[in-house]
Amino acid sequence: MCSEFEPRIIVFACNWCSYAAVDLAGTSRMTYPPHIRIVRVMCSSRVTPEFVLKALAEGADAVLITGCHPGDCHYISGNYKTLRRYLLLKKTLDQMGLGDRVRLAWFSAAEGERFAQFIKEFVKDVRKLGPLSGGR
Amino acid sequence: MGKLKIAFYWNASCGGCEEAVLDIGEGILEVLEKAEIVFWPVALDFKLDDLKKFANGEIDVSFINGGIRLSEQEHVSKLLRKKSKLVVAFGSCAHLGGVPGLANLWKKKSIFDYYYREAPTVKNPRGVVPSTKTRVPEGEIDLPEFYEVLKPLGQVVKVDYYVPGCPPPPNVVAKALEVVVEGELPPRGSVLGASNRALCEECPLNETKPKELLLKEFKRVHEFVPDPEKCLLAQGLPCLGPVTRGGCGAQCIRANMPCTGCFGPLDNVEDFGARAISFLASILDYDTEEEILKALEKIVDPVGLFYLYSLPSSLVRDRIRRK
Repeated sequence: MCSEFEPRIIVFACNWCSYAAVDLAGTSRMTYPPHIRIVRVMCSSRVTPEFVLKALAEGADAVLITGCHPGDCHYISGNYKTLRRYLLLKKTLDQMGLGDRVRLAWFSAAEGERFAQFIKEFVKDVRKLGPLSGGR
Repeated sequence: MGKLKIAFYWNASCGGCEEAVLDIGEGILEVLEKAEIVFWPVALDFKLDDLKKFANGEIDVSFINGGIRLSEQEHVSKLLRKKSKLVVAFGSCAHLGGVPGLANLWKKKSIFDYYYREAPTVKNPRGVVPSTKTRVPEGEIDLPEFYEVLKPLGQVVKVDYYVPGCPPPPNVVAKALEVVVEGELPPRGSVLGASNRALCEECPLNETKPKELLLKEFKRVHEFVPDPEKCLLAQGLPCLGPVTRGGCGAQCIRANMPCTGCFGPLDNVEDFGARAISFLASILDYDTEEEILKALEKIVDPVGLFYLYSLPSSLVRDRIRRK
């Protein structure tokens, strides 16, 4: 049955750039592993540290926050705020041994292929980390 | 109607909460006019057998401080729960886990290895560590079990009310006791004696907080003497007032020290540390990863800063990779 660990990864994608990249990957029929569950938000800065912790607490093995490239935020400065919060959250999670499981990446609406590639590698990395919980 | 029967008990705590009860000074005499203390092992000679003699629900209110680290603490707390109509988690440790809860970053084995073998002040050539059962010539003796993690009281028994603070200050203790003694109780699960507004609301320095607060640098308390007339956060000290429940009268800030968050989160906040991370990172005035990381070097112990009192109540408490 459980021959290999299949990770569950929550991906937060912003409405304007990174979700469009995910969409492009889909409409272009690019393949990437099915381990991610995508949550669309209006801006990456809507993703508070609480969202990330809640995802980890409720069964996710890893979390990926995505947003527009610096300078490209639809709301001008949202992604800079995301970056600050992410870096402090990661530093805190490092101390709890969970830092490897949370990542931040920027994708423009044209980067569907890069997104698919990123997910392939992320899933591979999380597989190596192993499951976070005993499962629910 | 007879006097209200009150019990006090301590679990994994420092004893400061016991003193906090006496800190209300003469106020305790007013309480004693309407209530009698029927069980308080720290202050008076009570034994477990005295507790066992009570009928179920005979004690009106039990104030229990400290988290649950030992099997004995779980046992007595469960017994108190059975014998009491109301259980009040008293102080940060019973409320959220408290400072002893920071040990949840480590495994029980690492804690024992350090404290009984590796610490520079320990000489233990036979490698003796506490165990639940030990054979001695006279027979077998036992010690309570030390659990893998510390839990706040509410994760072990049903708690009716919480009194926050490390330790709860006299005005909060007096208010909480008054509410209980007068029987004017809020909905179950409420925090007694404190406010539901952030500490900044009652902070004497709040007026000096700039409208738009952005920081270029975090400072640590030992590095400088802050201006006592100016918002400590605006001076670069990570003060957790903006996310911490008020009601303490800003005692630490009046002593020129930043708020460390002992009153815990406001109602409906699921993770105190996450809120603290969110607000503190948001006021950092840098946009590049390099500059942000440089500024964050001053946050040397983020868990110790953001989860000083609440690690065992964090959303990820069961996910921590304990060392």
